[in-house]
Amino acid sequence: MSGVWMGMPAFPEAAREALADGQLRANLRTATGTIRAKRAAVVGERADWERLRLAGRAIKDRALRDLDTYLVRLEERVTEAGGVVHWARDAAEANRVVIELVRAAGSDEVVKVKSMATQEIELNEALADAGITAHETDLAELIVQLGQDRPSHILVPAIHRNRSQIRDLFRRAMPGAPADLTDDPVALAAAAREHLRRKFLSAKVAVSGANFAVAETGSLVVVESEGNGRMCLTLPEVLISVVGIEKVVPTWADLEVMLQLLPRSSTGERMNPYTSTWRGVTPGDGPREFHLVLLDNGRTAALADDIGRDALRCIRCSACLNVCPVYERTGGHAYGSVYPGPIGAILTPQLRGVDADPVSASLPYASTLCGACYEVCPVLIDIPKALTHLRGQVVDAHRGKPSAERLGMGLAAWVFARAGRFAAAQRLAALGGRVLARKGRIGRLPGPLAGWSDARDAPVPAEETFREWWLKNRGESR
Amino acid sequence: MRVGLFVTCFNDTLFPASARAVVRVLERLGHDVVFPVTQTCCGQMHFNTGYQRECVPLVRKFVDDFAGIDHVVSPSASCVAMVREFHPRVAEIARDAGLARAVADTSPRVREFTEFLVDVLGVTDVGAAFPHRVTYHPTCHGLRTLGLADRPTRLLRAVRGLRLVDLPEAEQCCGFGGTFALKNADTSVAMGADKSRHVRETGAEVLAAVDNSCLMHVGGLLSRQRSGVRVMHVAEILASGEGP
Ligand code: SF4
Repeated sequence: MSGVWMGMPAFPEAAREALADGQLRANLRTATGTIRAKRAAVVGERADWERLRLAGRAIKDRALRDLDTYLVRLEERVTEAGGVVHWARDAAEANRVVIELVRAAGSDEVVKVKSMATQEIELNEALADAGITAHETDLAELIVQLGQDRPSHILVPAIHRNRSQIRDLFRRAMPGAPADLTDDPVALAAAAREHLRRKFLSAKVAVSGANFAVAETGSLVVVESEGNGRMCLTLPEVLISVVGIEKVVPTWADLEVMLQLLPRSSTGERMNPYTSTWRGVTPGDGPREFHLVLLDNGRTAALADDIGRDALRCIRCSACLNVCPVYERTGGHAYGSVYPGPIGAILTPQLRGVDADPVSASLPYASTLCGACYEVCPVLIDIPKALTHLRGQVVDAHRGKPSAERLGMGLAAWVFARAGRFAAAQRLAALGGRVLARKGRIGRLPGPLAGWSDARDAPVPAEETFREWWLKNRGESR
Repeated sequence: MRVGLFVTCFNDTLFPASARAVVRVLERLGHDVVFPVTQTCCGQMHFNTGYQRECVPLVRKFVDDFAGIDHVVSPSASCVAMVREFHPRVAEIARDAGLARAVADTSPRVREFTEFLVDVLGVTDVGAAFPHRVTYHPTCHGLRTLGLADRPTRLLRAVRGLRLVDLPEAEQCCGFGGTFALKNADTSVAMGADKSRHVRETGAEVLAAVDNSCLMHVGGLLSRQRSGVRVMHVAEILASGEGP
């Protein structure tokens, strides 16, 4: 597996592969179960949680409504503080900016803070093509990178690996890993620390994302658990932050709400261990140069969609992944994108275009619409509503092209238009049922319904429909 | 009270016993059930699969079919969720202000059966008897969209002889999801397999719910496994016995 997502199979096929991996399912079940319980406990102790969610939604909506104003304000403040702002329309532009900056710094390697935006634009691959080595410093990202693997969770990118798998990987792929390394988490972390310290001290350039960008003050904010991010943000000479334009919040005071919502929703902690925030550059302290790359890459298109735009409120907490019954079974890789789970199912098709590739067109359907995600989302994104909305876009994008499903849906709509037609269809179904039934159940269905009966018996249509019973026993009266 | 029955196309064809049970319970409680015979489908399948344009005429038809009936009740939480939550959205998609007004008038009058019994009629004991060990699965639309909470279980607990046992991880989706069950059959079955395992762990004879679609899915697995566990709509349990 490489770090590149293009050319992945659509969700149903990718999911089938993942479902066959018993170890993966066991790892996911344990990991999501643990984090679900932790989240529920720390959310439960806040009597004002629902009000916090409403406030979080209001803050993000305010930012998105006047995004143009806030982005320009952010640029002004960052520039005043000695930073340089670059605007990138898409992944290629953003990657080009970063590569030029690294080259200008005379470096051929960078240390990286865990960041979704840089994965979205596949920065590491672009850097490698330009002869620049990127070192991921977040422990889980390091595990993914060493394994030449792909992340499968927003917050815990290596959630699909257990610790003995990680020990084997370190022994194999991490320079300087002790030969007698055990799978004790403390020993694993110590080995990674040894490895990473050397990078922190030698790298001249760091690349990060940001959880929030404050328009009022020009401040960037990164929250993390390990402190490795802070090393990257403070030690190198040049800091480059690639930030999606939807990360902006209007005021510094807004962080009061966001920094309560995020850790409780993501790691299930009251407060995250490290919150780093900076403005521009400070002589004699930290990086000498700071560059902010503001990334669009499909976000303004999403913003133009009255329902789809809600996905831009996302603060990448991953609570929706952890509660998702589909994600729990399939893991993140099946979603064919750096954004897995429910949020990925509504964000990826919007960033790429619902019709851009088979994965994007399949993602809005990768859900039962159970609503567990909406129940936990700290910024109240109605994910099921967005999913059905995007399904409508997928269907509309394919109008005019014949398909069995389209034919069936058209026929059903015609049948449902008149009760008489419907009653006739019911009689046909009953007839078919009698042909297929054995001992009161149907074990095998024909044609497109066969997918049902591979593992599930089907009910036999009743001898007498309800409306027939009603007409016989209660007459025609309404 | 005059109560309109929205049977749903699915129950009408595949599970008419549940709808007859609704009639039986309501009549036993002294109410007058009417069944607008022109009704067909609320459009849930079309809407949820993305055929939202095709859904518009079905919503028009629905508001016509149920015009003038003060209380409409249905033995399907997911169809009621469709009517209450998404019919307004369909009217929006159709850009039809008249339809939007008609929907705003009809939708709030449509209630899920247990919701109607508890909230409108104010009953939790319908005089049923069902001497069996039963476990209850709260289906997602009932639980999260309609917020049925403990209404179905309050009704079940009042049934003579019924022993209600807790279902582990009850609130997790069973994996049905409408066309999801076909489009993503493998994932759907994996979810259903866990649900059916939990059902079997309870030692219940009967799995009850307020959505026959979910029961068809989990029941299909239980039947294939020859588990001996029956699935039943809550209405059928409430209709058992002699009544009050
Ligand atoms: S959609 Fe909501 S729950 Fe999911 S990652 Fe984003 S903020 Fe968190």
